[in-house]
Amino acid sequence: MMRRGWWRGLLRGVAVPVLVVAFWQGLASLGVVNSQILPSPIAVIERWWAYLAPLEAYRPAEGSWLAWVFSGELPADAVASLMRVFGGFAIGGGLALPLGLLMGANRRVFSLFNPLVQILRPIPPIAFIPLSILWFGLGNPPAIFLISIGAFFPMLMNTITGVQTVDGIYIRAARNLGVRPWTMFTRIMLPAAMPYILTGARIGMGTAFIVVIVSEMIAVNSGLGFRILEAREYFWSDKIIAGMFSIGILGLGIDVAMNSLSRILLKWHRGLES
Amino acid sequence: MASRPGKLTVMTDTGSGLIMTKGRQISLYPADAQAQISIRGLGKVFPRGLVEALKDIDLDIPAGQFVSLLGPSGCGKSTLLNAIAGFEVPTSGQLLVDGRAVSGPGPDRGMVFQEYALFPWMSVAKNISFGLDVKGVPKAEAAARVEMLLAKLRLAEFRDRYPKDLSGGMRQRVAIARILALDSPIMLMDEPFGALDSLTRRTLQDELLRIWQEFGKTIVFVTHSIEESLYLSDRVVVMTYRPGTIKRDLMVDLAHPRDPSSSDFNRLKRELSQLVMEEQTRSEGLLPTGD
Repeated sequence: MMRRGWWRGLLRGVAVPVLVVAFWQGLASLGVVNSQILPSPIAVIERWWAYLAPLEAYRPAEGSWLAWVFSGELPADAVASLMRVFGGFAIGGGLALPLGLLMGANRRVFSLFNPLVQILRPIPPIAFIPLSILWFGLGNPPAIFLISIGAFFPMLMNTITGVQTVDGIYIRAARNLGVRPWTMFTRIMLPAAMPYILTGARIGMGTAFIVVIVSEMIAVNSGLGFRILEAREYFWSDKIIAGMFSIGILGLGIDVAMNSLSRILLKWHRGLES
Repeated sequence: MASRPGKLTVMTDTGSGLIMTKGRQISLYPADAQAQISIRGLGKVFPRGLVEALKDIDLDIPAGQFVSLLGPSGCGKSTLLNAIAGFEVPTSGQLLVDGRAVSGPGPDRGMVFQEYALFPWMSVAKNISFGLDVKGVPKAEAAARVEMLLAKLRLAEFRDRYPKDLSGGMRQRVAIARILALDSPIMLMDEPFGALDSLTRRTLQDELLRIWQEFGKTIVFVTHSIEESLYLSDRVVVMTYRPGTIKRDLMVDLAHPRDPSSSDFNRLKRELSQLVMEEQTRSEGLLPTGD
């Protein structure tokens, strides 16, 4: 019974994508649209494979087999993009977390920083592009700068809310147990705010991933964003689409990873596990 | 008022063992050195709406006594408990615990809340050991104490569970164990069983009596259940509705385990019902004009 239900679920899940791809292939095969505009799915898959596969034949003398497997263009681009995401996220989130904790816990710090935050927050990270190029030139620095801005605000806002909404009953109970301010902060406020902080991290990671693609189209010569823009210059629509799917898969992977990290860290939390 | 506040050196006998000095009341009786909790002329006015929650409370609680504070909601019983706990600062009067004035919350007066207030990110065992951890009790000693309490409160098999996976009764057991772990002489309980179903409630009441007898705690127990106060305590303090004063201080000389269907129990129950209902009626009459 279980098995049958599982199969049915799988069948239902793949039905729509299969139909869409079949329709797409039909359009291409019948020559309804120019293949330069919309290449067939088969062409995209072929191109994706070529993008993924190593450029040269395997030569054991030059290094390990694993390094060779990942020596293709796509793995190199994916790694470059991911490094930027993690770098930018580490800087942006790393600054937002302590500031958010301080702003959430201390009214005075909040009223000092909040006006500035409210003015800067609505500016989309994309709008920082001209300034970032002016300040940092081209290459990784402006990209990392933009990504860290993208990660900073979601992380900051959620951390502030998380600390501000800590249920007073935990603080009373902790004071009753003789907890001193620093312990209160590290062992009560921080864990109590953790659901919000992790939500902020997840949104920040999502924003960072959007910004990395944009910044690679502008400032650098590697990464998935750069690659699809480069493909456009050569009219390689199949490669553009192959690149887009790669971006999608990577984004999904990041989100799934963040989600499981939350699940592990918040296994005590009500409502996460059903 | 007989004296005008603000005028110096005006002292008026109020006829209740209290004198007025500059509008503040000071007791003529010295605080009781024998009592573990000694309260004199305690008052609390909440600035918002100038609600006089407590007025002229005099109460001495000897060590080891189980005292219930009884009254309708709004009678200040929780405010009094919070003042003893150190969460509320009284506006007048004196509050001594073990001869020292209360200046804030502390682990010598463990509090059990109606909402349990367990830390949801800590397992059952961690919740119990947290207070010991904060206090700096050596690991081995703390672990032994937690083991003892897990066994005592029949929580051993739930040690690694999180509060969200426990029933209300189980959570309140953990909250009690958390306070017992601190080995505080006083246990303050704010309607601890108010949110539980009646069967769980009875089980926990019996368990609390067992704990009280075994650990020899002083317990101050806030409730609005007449039967609960009679079933558990040595002494029932009935409070009046706004301002909260002591209406009646009743000793309950019934042997444990008490039988709620016995005639003695019911005689006291009728007496307390009468007193509590008077205040309930008063509170209902006052409510519309109160706010």
